Order: sequence, then structure tokens, then C-alpha cells
Amino acid sequence: MTGIGKSFLGVRVLSDVGLTVAAGEVHALMGENGAGKSTLMKILAGVHAPDEGTIEIDGRPVSFGHPIQAQRAGVAIIYQEFNLLPERSVAENVFLGREPARAGLVDRTAMETATERLLAELGEESFGPRDLVRRLSIAQQQVVEIVKALSLDARIVVMDEPTAALAEHEVELLYRLVRRLQERGIAVLYISHRLREVFDLADRVTVLKDGKHVTTVPVSEVSTDELVRLMVGRDLSAYYPPRATSVGEVRLRVTGGGNDKLHDIDLELRAGEIVGIAGLQGSGRSELAKALFGAEPFTRGEMTPRRPRSVREGVAAGIGLVTEDRKAEGLALRQSVRDNALLVARALGRQGRQGPQGLRELLERVRLTPPREDQEVRYLSGGNQQKVVLAKWMTVAPAVLLFDEPTRGVDVGAKAAIHDLMRRLAADGMAIMMISSELPELIGMSDRIVVLRDGRVVGTLPPAPTEEAVMRLAAGEVTS
Amino acid sequence: MRRTLPIFGVLAVLLVAIAVVNPFFLEPAGFLGFVKRAAPLVILAAGQYFVIVSGEFDLSVGSLVTVEVVVAARLIDGDESLTWPVLGLLLVLGLLVGLVNGAVTTLLRVPSFITTLGMMLILSGAVFLWTGGAPRGALSQGFRAFGRGSLGPIPWSVLILLAVGVAAVLLMRADFGRTLVATGDNERAAALSGVRVDRARILAFVLSGLAAAVAGILLGGFAGVSAQVGQGLEFQAITAVVLGGVVLGGGRGSVVAAMAGALTLEALFTLLNLYGISGALEFTVQGVIIIAAVAAGALRLPFRLRAST
Repeated sequence: MTGIGKSFLGVRVLSDVGLTVAAGEVHALMGENGAGKSTLMKILAGVHAPDEGTIEIDGRPVSFGHPIQAQRAGVAIIYQEFNLLPERSVAENVFLGREPARAGLVDRTAMETATERLLAELGEESFGPRDLVRRLSIAQQQVVEIVKALSLDARIVVMDEPTAALAEHEVELLYRLVRRLQERGIAVLYISHRLREVFDLADRVTVLKDGKHVTTVPVSEVSTDELVRLMVGRDLSAYYPPRATSVGEVRLRVTGGGNDKLHDIDLELRAGEIVGIAGLQGSGRSELAKALFGAEPFTRGEMTPRRPRSVREGVAAGIGLVTEDRKAEGLALRQSVRDNALLVARALGRQGRQGPQGLRELLERVRLTPPREDQEVRYLSGGNQQKVVLAKWMTVAPAVLLFDEPTRGVDVGAKAAIHDLMRRLAADGMAIMMISSELPELIGMSDRIVVLRDGRVVGTLPPAPTEEAVMRLAAGEVTS
Repeated sequence: MRRTLPIFGVLAVLLVAIAVVNPFFLEPAGFLGFVKRAAPLVILAAGQYFVIVSGEFDLSVGSLVTVEVVVAARLIDGDESLTWPVLGLLLVLGLLVGLVNGAVTTLLRVPSFITTLGMMLILSGAVFLWTGGAPRGALSQGFRAFGRGSLGPIPWSVLILLAVGVAAVLLMRADFGRTLVATGDNERAAALSGVRVDRARILAFVLSGLAAAVAGILLGGFAGVSAQVGQGLEFQAITAVVLGGVVLGGGRGSVVAAMAGALTLEALFTLLNLYGISGALEFTVQGVIIIAAVAAGALRLPFRLRAST
């Protein structure tokens, strides 16, 4: 791939990116969230067409208008979310849409024999071609995806965060699979946040940052620290409101909190402070917010206020959650600004406290522009929608407000307004917890940063740590 | 508000059309007679509205109306003194059926289409079993007064309709109504805001059951006792609500428009009747309306979206 560029709606996400992967090579692709890894991968897969640049496979230029064309050219992608039909057998999934036929009927025997052979080549004996996919573990389903890629004669296999959903011991099995692919002369493009895997597996690594190619180096010539610096090293140019000068009493305390995704969580949120939560995808950040809020409750541990067993209890105990997915979880899109802003108050039967005058003041306070109450929220911009979500919680003045990616999909102006508002809420005595994948935002806003990995708290960092420090904790040190 | 306007326009046109053919319609007695006839359907539509706006259906109301009437006749059996106790019992029966519909739909996660279809069959079967096809007993004069009597010039059923209408509007303006619509629009967002979505939906089914009980009481007096009295009313009610611009799937539309939809449907039937078109055609007309109204709603969407960008 040479000189690849791509813009979405006028926003440049990739410019002049080049990438060369050799047969039999494991090539790692790294970068922060939003660095452009996924877009680059989707261009290779034929999901998006590049605005500029060329792709060559085995020296021949190719251009893909559709994923099928990329598939025919030998590119197979294994996404984080598998594309498997749970109620069909392994063999049926492998040959989905191109079943071998004999006399107009599906030739099951041929299909199963071929699948059996590929499984054997990968050394996979724990399941067979006739097993139903829904009975397989995540790791086994991953094997099915790989078998599917092999049966398509893939020359290039792209794996997107393949270990994100795997347990520790399954990672070893994956390593073995990747090495088998390598032995067959297949080029593997391996996308991962995890430094250890990159050092364990990859021959070379390419780092992307802000849609640009930073470097491509052999893994043997780079250290962990260097790699982290290459990924995140940038100036903190954005403005953030000043930090808390004093913090007050404890508003929320958890000790030994746990459920099926979180373990031994100890956390304190105090009035007046903003606590940032850092962690990679799948580290349990959103799960933590949902546990504190009562949406996916803790099943173990002590908590003050009393551990909520439902959202209702959480809300009643004075805990609010600004969810990550505004449209699916935050707003009733076809209702008015007023009806959305009053939703929590009404759910608690406290509408009386919020007269029409109060609502207008509130909408001005969150700087909804224009502060029109009768507008349906689906017609608002992302930033204004988020302000309505904030207003919704402010009507009941919760003691603790949890933010999950509060400024995702929000323009710069609204982002500053939201940051400012968060700081003012804290100054008024609210305890605030903020999850963000955007490190500069997290570092700029937080009074301290709690880092999660694999559902556990792995460290707490003082105000204004370096991005390297956060990333190193979140990704886990290389142990060697 | 913009969305509720078309139905009032259509209603006005139909009323004028009726008045042209039948000038008696313009006199108070003529018009009140029409409203009286329409009252049970309008009340059912109000009940059905709560269920539909929360994202569900209630197909059991027609059978429930029949059950109410048949039970009333059998229990009262002409005994004047039993009128009030039985009225109370009928309301409780409606409430209980709604409660079961709601609980099965929300707590057992059976789609309401299936729950209430099952309830419709259960109730129909029960009535058939109990009556053997021919209802026995008779209603008291006091009971029948609700459906056919009047207070001065104004029929009781019109007064009851007004009371139901006012109550429905007040409910929709209260916390319950607003959270119910939000639940129909985005259940997950409502739940994550602390709304007890299951409870809101159960209450909607209970209101629909109560509306069916009231409609049954009016119809018993007005149309008399038969095992067919409620037949097809569930589809008339749903057609009326959809005609009022309420979106199937929930989250959109007003209760006043739903009730206006019921009046419009009744006006249309009256007009067809005046032109001597067979009553058998009513089903066909309903079928056309329900498909056309939903299609129109679906078609409008892209235009609205384009207008907003």
C-alpha cells in the first residue's frame, strides 16, 4: 500500500500512509485509538475506497470496490466481532455462500472433509467440522475464522485485536496459529494495542499516529519505551480548565468490588475532583461505570452508598451515568429537548421541583445553542445532544456523575463547553469519574488517573502524568 | 403538534360530508347520537393508544368487551340491585386481564402480539364455553342507562367519553405519560435514566383493559347482549390509533389524535352507511386505511430527514 489517503466528511483520517507486508511475515500495526488503523485495514479489505494511493498485491496493482473483490484477491480479515452463524456447523460457516455442490445439492461430505483437513493442518483437534458454532469458545470460533480464510486461499490475513476477547491461556494457542500461517507463507497483518504480543510475534512493526505513517522498524531494533513514545508523543496543545484546588468528602467508595468482568476494585470518588479512568479496549472501563451505576451491578464487595442492584437504585442513591453511546443509551431521539431533559426527574417523580423557569435556566447553564425546549433531539448536533444528556442528570443533582467517553463525536467548541461544565459541576461539590480513550483529554481533565487492565485496577497516577506512563500501565510492561 | 393536525382535517371533511347528505346531523340530537355511537370505539382507542405508544399491541380488547357484556348479563340477570356491584366487578376484570397481558409481555418477555393474541383466543373460548354460543341472562335498566340513557339532552356515554378523554390527556401530561412515550421511543435510554419501564408498560396494558371494560359497559346498554358484541373491535381500535398518526412501534403520537382517529373511522362508517354501501365493506376499508396510514408514515420519514439537514 502506497500513499494511501482518506477523508470522511471532510475530516482527514489518513494521509500518505504506506505499508509493505512480505509473504511469511508477521507485521504489527500499532497506534492509539483514532490513529487510523481500522480505516487502513478497511481500505485493504475493500470496505472503503481510498481517496488517493495505490494497493499492490504480488506486484500487481489492485483496486477494490467491494469486499468480495478483496477476498478474491487473497485478503482475509478477521474482525473483533466474528462473522459466524451460531446455529450452523463449523463446515457450513467455512463454506458459507460458496458451498460445494453435487447435482444441485450441497455436498456435505466434500465440505466437511475439506474443513477437517484444514483443521488438522492447524493442529486443531478440540472440535470438528460438524460442531455447531454456538457451542464453541471464543478462541475456537477464532480458529473457524482462520480456517475460513485459509479455505479462501488468503495470501494476506489481517487480524484486528485478536486477543481482546481471549483468556490468558488461549493467547498461547493463538500465537501457535499465527506461526502456522507464517510457515505457510501467508503475510499476517496483526493489529494490537498490546506491546507484549507485538514483541512476541511480530517481525516488523508499523506505527500510525493521527492518520500518518510514523515509522516501520524491525521489532528487534526497538524498545518498549521507544514504541510507546512513537505512538503517543505529541504536544498537549488543547486548553483544559484548571484542576481542582481542594477536594472534599468521599462521595463514593468501593472496596473489593467485583462481578464477572471486574475483580477487586478499590475506588474512592471525592466531592470536587475529576477522576480519570484509563485502560485499553476490553479492560473493563465501561463495565466499571455500569457496575457503580447499577446497570451491570457488582456482585461482590462493599460500597458506599449502598451497592446498587439496579439502575433505579443507583439513580435513587444519587449516581448518574452519561453513557458512551448517546443515541442508543442516552436519549429518546424522537422526543423533545424538554422531555429528554426531564426524563430522570420524572422517573423519580420529582418533576415538581423543576418548573419551566428552572428548565430554561438549566438549558442555558449547559449552553444548549439555541436553548429551544420543543426541538426533537434527533435534529441536534452531537455536542448539543450531549448537553441535553448532561441537563437530564443535572435536574436531580446527583452526588456522583460518571462520564463514559463524554466528548466522543462532539465538535471542538462543544467539547470545551462540556469540559468546562464538568469542572464547574465538580467545583459545586459533585464527584466526577471520566472514562476516555483520548489520552490528552484524560490527562488534561483528571485530578488523578486510575488505570484498568483485564478488569483490575493496576495503578493510580497523580495529576498530569505523561502519556507514556499511562500507556505503559494500560498495556502492561514487557516481561522479559 | 404538526403531526396531529391532518387527522382533524380529515375528520372535519367527513363530518361536513355527512351533514350534506343528512342535514339532521347538524342538529344537537343528531350529532350527539353520532358521538354516542362512537364513544365505545373512542374509549378503546384511548386505551389502545397507551399500549401502542409504549411500543406494544393489545389484540385482546375485542374479546374482553364480549366477556364483559356476557358476564354482566349473566350475573345481573335483570336484578336492579346488582347493577353497581357488577359494574365494579367488570372494571376489576378489565384491570386483571390488562395486568396479565402486561406481566406476561414484560416479565416473561413474550412479544405482546403473541400475548394478547393468546389472550384473545383464551377469552373467546371461555365465553363460548360458558354460554354455549347463546348468552343467557339480562342486563338491568340501571346498567343499560349508561349506554342508552342521557342526562338531560346529553347522553351518559358522551359524558363518560369526555371524562375518559380528560383523564387520558392528564395522564399523558403527567410523569407517567411522558416516561411511557420515552420508553416506547428508546427503552434502553429510558431504563438507564431510572424509568421503571416494565411497570410503565404493565400500567399501559391495565389502562387498555380498563378501557375495554368501560367500552363493554357502554356497548352492553347500547347494542344489547350477544356473543359477537366485541368482534373485530381490537382491529378497529388499532386502525383508529394508526389513523390518528400514532406510530406502530411506539414513541410518537398524541392520545387526542388517537381518539380523533376513532371518531374519523366511525364517521367514515356512517358515511358509507348513508351511501348505502354494504357494512361488509367495513373490514376492507379498515384494511386499506391501516396499510395506507402506516405506509404514509414510513414514506414521510425520508423527506423529514432531508428537510432537517
